[in-house]
Amino acid sequence: MKNVTCKLRGLEKSFGQNHVLKGIDLDLRSGEVTALMGANGAGKSTLVKVLCGYHFADAGHIELGGEPFAPTDAADAISKGVVTVHQSIDDGVIPDLDVATNLTLDRLTEPGVGLFVNDRKLRRQAREVAEGMGLTMDVRMRVADLDVADRQMIAIARAMARAPKLLILDEPTSSLSSSEAERLFALIDRLRAEGVAILYISHRMSDIRRVADRIISMRDGAISGLFETDPLDYVGAVNAMLGHQMTEVDIDPVEGGEPVLRIEGLKLFEDSREIDFEAREGEVVAFTGLLGSGKTRLAEIIYGLSEPAAGRLLLDDKDYRPHGAGDAVSKGVFMSPKDRSVNAVVPDFDIANNMTVPFLGAFSGLSFLNDKAQRRSTDDMIDKIGVVCQSNSDGIDTLSGGNQQKVMIGRWLLKASRVLLLDEPFQGVDIGARRDIGRYIRQTANGRTTLVFVAEIDEALEIADRIVVLNEAAIAGEHKNKNVDLNSLVADVSGPGERLALAG
Amino acid sequence: MNKNALDFAIKYGFLILLGGLALFFSLYASGFASPRSAVFILQSVAITGILALGVTCTLVVGGFDLSIGSVATSALMLSAYTMVILEQSAFVAVAVCLLMGALVGLVNGLLIVKMRVPDLLATLGMMFLLIGLQRIPTQGNSIATGMSLEDGSVAEGTFSAAFLWLGRHRFDLFLDRLVPVPVVVFLLIALLIWLFLGYTRHGRLMYAIGSNERAAGLVGTNVHRYKIVAYMISGMLASVGGILLAARLGRGDIASGNNLLLDSVAAALIGFAVLGAARPNAFGTAAGALFVGILLQGLTMMNAPYYMQDFVKGAVLVAALVFTFYLSSRRGGRRTA
Repeated sequence: MKNVTCKLRGLEKSFGQNHVLKGIDLDLRSGEVTALMGANGAGKSTLVKVLCGYHFADAGHIELGGEPFAPTDAADAISKGVVTVHQSIDDGVIPDLDVATNLTLDRLTEPGVGLFVNDRKLRRQAREVAEGMGLTMDVRMRVADLDVADRQMIAIARAMARAPKLLILDEPTSSLSSSEAERLFALIDRLRAEGVAILYISHRMSDIRRVADRIISMRDGAISGLFETDPLDYVGAVNAMLGHQMTEVDIDPVEGGEPVLRIEGLKLFEDSREIDFEAREGEVVAFTGLLGSGKTRLAEIIYGLSEPAAGRLLLDDKDYRPHGAGDAVSKGVFMSPKDRSVNAVVPDFDIANNMTVPFLGAFSGLSFLNDKAQRRSTDDMIDKIGVVCQSNSDGIDTLSGGNQQKVMIGRWLLKASRVLLLDEPFQGVDIGARRDIGRYIRQTANGRTTLVFVAEIDEALEIADRIVVLNEAAIAGEHKNKNVDLNSLVADVSGPGERLALAG
Repeated sequence: MNKNALDFAIKYGFLILLGGLALFFSLYASGFASPRSAVFILQSVAITGILALGVTCTLVVGGFDLSIGSVATSALMLSAYTMVILEQSAFVAVAVCLLMGALVGLVNGLLIVKMRVPDLLATLGMMFLLIGLQRIPTQGNSIATGMSLEDGSVAEGTFSAAFLWLGRHRFDLFLDRLVPVPVVVFLLIALLIWLFLGYTRHGRLMYAIGSNERAAGLVGTNVHRYKIVAYMISGMLASVGGILLAARLGRGDIASGNNLLLDSVAAALIGFAVLGAARPNAFGTAAGALFVGILLQGLTMMNAPYYMQDFVKGAVLVAALVFTFYLSSRRGGRRTA
């Protein structure tokens, strides 16, 4: 048995009424890569932030190398040997300085360093660090001029210069190509051989297959599964991460009528497989898949925000090539984007203006707005979709998340559409509002085709007639929403390779 | 202070202050409360006000236009050059200036949306460029009829009567020759911009862009086009200001219009505080310009020295900004709590 480097017992953390970590027990051993999986909001990032000193735990304790470990801040955590490489790479490097300075920056802040920088000595030290990590670039290059993978390596190299006991990598491959990722994995292999304990957070099954020695799944602030058999049970891990209670919503799936949107030979990215798909009038199709499976990309292509690498789209049997959101909207293709506060809410506007903003043309004559018509339509939609507010002139920021989201969805239901795209419509929405939105979308589904993009399987089961699973930018499976075989659905989510393994 | 009182103060405080100021000067500065004095105030703020309305349009889309002052002085020089040296008509001079303003706005807009230069820097660069450019054709000299040109000849053209009418004519209103043309132009433009920003769908979308550009784009708004249009409006209004200034002066004075940029930006920012809008708006901008005008006129009539003017303007601006950002944020905080 390897030595336990870091031991967590009964860790708890709350933000206000929100109980984020509900008692985490976890051992991280030296020379071992532990993959941590969890959906959004499962508590992964809170756990990481407690470990690296951004948050204090409310209860429980941590031991590091046998000593109690309670970092007072991020710098303290680092000096005690817990080093984190965050998802956003440029947090870990200073892009405008050269490689040598980046690698030796921490030495400049040590006490007793002279006033003048000895560049030659600095570069020699940097070259030593770089060689130790297997990096070959010229240390005089500016970091901003390096590619993403090299910058990532330098962030890790900086972290390693402090000889950490525990290295935390938070989605390190999210902006790397597959060959760049392979270089990162080689580096992880070296560090593992040197006896560092590594906590690896990722949504990418291919990464986890490549590097993980064991998998921990988190769900709703607790550890929902621990997998360390050989070979690892990847399907079990995904299952434990997504979980599913039987939903209370009873759906009678419809077949749909004529095809409205046809997708032929579509490649989301240069190196992804082709997608063929047909969405029919009157049906609601849910696309599900892990983060980075291509859901958002697909929605963006249909809405004209991105160009596909190959293939074509047909809308009502006619070639459909939207250039930009305005064009898509004029052709009857609407999209409610994810992350509403960034992408959808106009904070200075009241409810009525937020709701009617896409269709101001229809609410004006000779360009002059008809305020009454705007407010009448808004009141109508407030009633139908059930927005809880005092009046249509309330500021949008006075509403709760669920009610804001109802306004954002209602915005696109004011006018008839041919294709309605909903990217994560239930993000940050309480269960009541989620039911209201789902019910109303199904009620109005006739006359258009509705595509919903959700990461949570439960949400897909609650709203869709058909569920399509995306994995690594390709369709991994399709299920009619009637007595769905959840095991095979989860197997599709975790990857096509797994299904073959199960069948064989 | 309870919530209602605070709301009332934020909404009407500035207008009450404006009224109070007018009342104060009427009582203590003899001659302040007369039609001529009122028109004089309007005349003194007309040109800055027009520029301020332009900069308001760029503030609405979340931008800023620092080049307005130099566009105005360029229009001043260009109109003089067209008439005096090229010997063209008033109509041509006005058309050329408006075109120049629109073109500068277009270039500003393209620099900002296509080249992704931050708005302050793009328009700062444009300001510099124009300050230099307007001096090149006349080797840095002012333009007036009879000036000698580089080739030894004498400039024969004159400011036409029609052009001077724009700056000097006064309409009768109760009294003979009371209201000057620039004041009428200012009030008309203020009305137009007020209607455009507040009551048309284009104005509403421009506010949406200023509030959340991404969200506005994702509902299908052509964000780039609206931003460019905002800068073009700003450029054209600035050149209208320059034309009126040229018509009043009757010569291409290289040293005029130095204060235009700061005064008009101040008026637009003071406008944030009017009616508790906490955002750029045409009514506020016009009221802001008027506020500064009344204050300066009153102080002048009470024999305050001229060199105090900038200090007073600055103090008003700082007070208005505190009003807008501090008090409104407190109100916002209470509302969501």
